[in-house]
Amino acid sequence: MQNLGIDVIFQGKNFQRLFEGLLVTAEIAFISIIIGSILGIIIGLSRTTKSKAILFINRIYLEAFRIIPTLVWLFIFYFGVTTALNINLSGEIVSIIVFSLWGAAEMGDIVRGALQSLPKHQIESGKALGLNYFQLYWYVLIPQAIRRMIPGTINLATRMIKTTSLVVLIGVIDVVKIGQQIIETSRFEFPTASFGVYGFIFFLYFIICYPLSQISKNLENKWNK
Amino acid sequence: MDKNNNPVLLEIQDVHKEFDDKEILKGINLSLHTGEVLVVLGPSGCGKSTLLRCLNGLETIQGGDIKFKDMSFTEKKANWQEIHEKIGMVFQNYELFPHMTVIENILLGPLKVQKRNKAEALAQAEQLLDRVGLLDRKDSYPRQLSGGQKQRIAIVRALCMNPEIILFDEVTASLDPEMVREVLEVILGLAKQGMTMVIVTHEMGFAQSVADRIIFMDEGKICEESEPNEFFTNPKTERAKHFLNIFQF
Repeated sequence: MQNLGIDVIFQGKNFQRLFEGLLVTAEIAFISIIIGSILGIIIGLSRTTKSKAILFINRIYLEAFRIIPTLVWLFIFYFGVTTALNINLSGEIVSIIVFSLWGAAEMGDIVRGALQSLPKHQIESGKALGLNYFQLYWYVLIPQAIRRMIPGTINLATRMIKTTSLVVLIGVIDVVKIGQQIIETSRFEFPTASFGVYGFIFFLYFIICYPLSQISKNLENKWNK
Repeated sequence: MDKNNNPVLLEIQDVHKEFDDKEILKGINLSLHTGEVLVVLGPSGCGKSTLLRCLNGLETIQGGDIKFKDMSFTEKKANWQEIHEKIGMVFQNYELFPHMTVIENILLGPLKVQKRNKAEALAQAEQLLDRVGLLDRKDSYPRQLSGGQKQRIAIVRALCMNPEIILFDEVTASLDPEMVREVLEVILGLAKQGMTMVIVTHEMGFAQSVADRIIFMDEGKICEESEPNEFFTNPKTERAKHFLNIFQF
């Protein structure tokens, strides 16, 4: 029977190297998700204002990240911005910047949508109790908005994790790149390595993303009780 | 007992309200005395709910003035927090906060706005809940309650702020008929205790029994102002007669 290339993973330090690559992927993704979420909440709150200028700037920002592919943003920052400003940024740092900005743009839209979907009566009810602006948001609107944000946020987080596979193209050695290196170096010894290695990477992405879906599901169940 | 001799708590002077150039309130004059129960009646769209919303500052007014004691609503530095605290409101759609339990809903205002002592506020909340027969539901979430229960909780929530006036905006309008009574009885109980209230309702029998004075509004104006018995048996204006006829089959 044809060897499925599973055993190549356990050759030498391959297993350990794949995990190190996974750590790079996870690090870029999670730092970006955290920064993106914090910025996104601020952006989302600012988008409930009536100020036309703030809304316009936010609109341009969001559309820019929606329209221009993430890969192009990575190139703009890695090759463009660094040469224009004559600074030196590592691929990891550029990845974190771009993914954070992307996350913030999308998160801002999720927060805005959740806040605006709340019934208007909730605001009036809070005001009628004498809550000030801050208290109204903190005790009444944000807790309800968070419940509505969970599905969109988890979806965004998994998309960000998956899209980190693009960072290979600006020279970051992530889990996919290490997979490629392993396949290339063992081409003669293990001709079917690509199946085993990519299959294993598939499994690694799965073990990062699946718990997120589960957390989201559990939270939704808990709040719907 | 004539409550007209009591001190004036809320003074409404020539109030005008516009939405997009459409005038909803066309000069309302009214004074509310301490302990008085005022019922506002009128056809849909006559401006009665808008008037009520102006009375606790949810809507801004374009002309005239509203004064609660000596606090003017039109002053630039109007103390809205104190006005909201002293003038409670219960809405048609029992807007409890869905992510909080009954007791958390009730205590939010007293603890966060009024910064009261927790034990003391809790004791009052429990006593009020007991009075409306819902003490056993204090840890329930709003979605676990019936409409009538939610509305009674909303009344308790307003009461627990120790307001001097409570505004009721068609509080039974979205309830199933069999739940209307339990809510109206709570309001009737408050009237007996001397709570000052302004009530907008379509329940005519209730209006007649709870009101000290009836205000009949139409097209943004007060058409008629009279004692409840007189209003229901012998309305002065044609419009009021027409309005009352709608309720008789």
